[in-house]
Amino acid sequence: MTDFLDAIVLLTNYVLVPGVAYGSQLALGALGVTLIYGILRFANFAHGDMMAFGTMVVILITWWFQSIGFSIAPLPVALVALPIGIAAAIVMSLGTDRLVYRFYRRRRSPSVIYILTSIGVMFVMNGIVRFIIGPDDQRFSDGARFIIKAREFKQATGLHEGLAIKLSQGITVLVTLIVVVALFRFLHKSRTGKAMRAYSDNEDLALLSGVSPERVVFVAWVIAAALAAIAGTLYGLDKSFKPFTYFQLLLPIFASAIVGGIGNPLGAVVGGFIIAFSEMTITYAYKKFLRYLLPDSWAPDSLVQFLTTDYKFAISFIILVVVLLVRPTGIFRGRT
Amino acid sequence: MSFLIGENMTGGYGAADILHGCTIAVELGEIVVIVGPNGAGKSTAMKAVFGMIDLREGSVRLDGDEITKLSPQERVRRGMGFVPQTSNIFTSMTVRENLEMGAYLRDDDFSDTMAQIFDLFPILKEKSRQIAGELSGGQRQQVAVARALMMQPRVLMLDEPTAGVSPIVMDELFDRIIEIRDSGIAVLLVEQNAAQALAIADRGYVLVNGENRFSDSGQALLEDAEVRRSFLGG
Repeated sequence: MTDFLDAIVLLTNYVLVPGVAYGSQLALGALGVTLIYGILRFANFAHGDMMAFGTMVVILITWWFQSIGFSIAPLPVALVALPIGIAAAIVMSLGTDRLVYRFYRRRRSPSVIYILTSIGVMFVMNGIVRFIIGPDDQRFSDGARFIIKAREFKQATGLHEGLAIKLSQGITVLVTLIVVVALFRFLHKSRTGKAMRAYSDNEDLALLSGVSPERVVFVAWVIAAALAAIAGTLYGLDKSFKPFTYFQLLLPIFASAIVGGIGNPLGAVVGGFIIAFSEMTITYAYKKFLRYLLPDSWAPDSLVQFLTTDYKFAISFIILVVVLLVRPTGIFRGRT
Repeated sequence: MSFLIGENMTGGYGAADILHGCTIAVELGEIVVIVGPNGAGKSTAMKAVFGMIDLREGSVRLDGDEITKLSPQERVRRGMGFVPQTSNIFTSMTVRENLEMGAYLRDDDFSDTMAQIFDLFPILKEKSRQIAGELSGGQRQQVAVARALMMQPRVLMLDEPTAGVSPIVMDELFDRIIEIRDSGIAVLLVEQNAAQALAIADRGYVLVNGENRFSDSGQALLEDAEVRRSFLGG
């Protein structure tokens, strides 16, 4: 019986808990991508670097807080810096829209032009971030590390396996929950939110109904930038901040948005968790897990790992390709 | 002086004109139907009246006001409702949300209007929480008409509302359109089902090649031998 419980705790510790946290981060990122897709109708390649930009501002403010000794321990002080990072990301995205995207919007350019433009924006933003904070890994979390420590868990339960839940994971899940609930309430209850859904659903009819396209686009950028800054900060707190990693996050985020059905916010959330758990379950080595469950003579010698973690991006890529081949509209029938 | 008139309209989508001096007029409390063969410019004439097409010549006047240069959105504000032929509902939103979007430009309390519309289309009240895209073809058309009515328009323009619905549903829709007319609204209708539409119409226009060929009361057009032979299939 304890073997069984140990196996469950092992899986919870290494797959479930990190998977929920990572899934939340992807969900927030995918929500931003899907929102821009729904309103402006293009896949925004600059979203990963928008996350990096917002996070960078949070880190700079956090460092300043730390240097003057300001702390909200046990919580990380980055949470206080987050609103400033969100504001900076919003200013950045609205500025980009004014300087770049609005020009193409007035020309009614096809969406492929927007996509290529967003790749350009991505490189510029990428350059800005590296120029300011550098390409290296940065750590900025402070306060307590754990909500539940592995050793304490073992002592309390008497099991061999420990369960650790990092504070950053708890914060990630809680913040994601609040943000997602607030966003869905906004989209379904408020007048502006409904106008955004209507515009995304049927642009011509929305215009006919009197929805102002510039206003809808404005709100979409504000929300997408806020989501990017939040997702990036949570990811950075949980792991670490490195500009290149954020650029790479674009692949699992796009995969999440597309698996769920691009343009569909609920799909983005579900997609985020599907991608996260696919990565976690496929790259996890089940050797120890099976040792607990199987008789000794059956215990495997190999790691029982389907793919090494080096290949985690390949998993997003494969899921993306399969979805596009089999069901291009995604689970919740988004747009194609 | 008609309540709404598109007079001597000439224009089209690009370089080539589709309308050649076409005139369409409608009074309050009247159903006017535009019929004609395929490619006659029926829908184009209606879109021209609604401002979705730039006119090279001619003018559109609503209640005596010149509105030729106004955008469709501004015409909606002035009391013109338009139901496009396709993509005329928000498929991912509920029936109620579709109606709310119809009233998007209204700042006042529109719950009375919604109640009236639910009286007119009882099935929509029943399905008000359902996603509009999941409804049947006839119900979707009701949502589309209801959405346009939420602004309490004085003119309602419908582009082939019965396209692709069964004869029973068509009769039902026409009954609703008669009720709408009886409430004092001017109704302008483009119809493929010419005979049935003329039967409910007060007046009708037969358009050919973007020009008025015949215009008379619906009944007279139905009885006209040439109209019957050419456009109504005998």
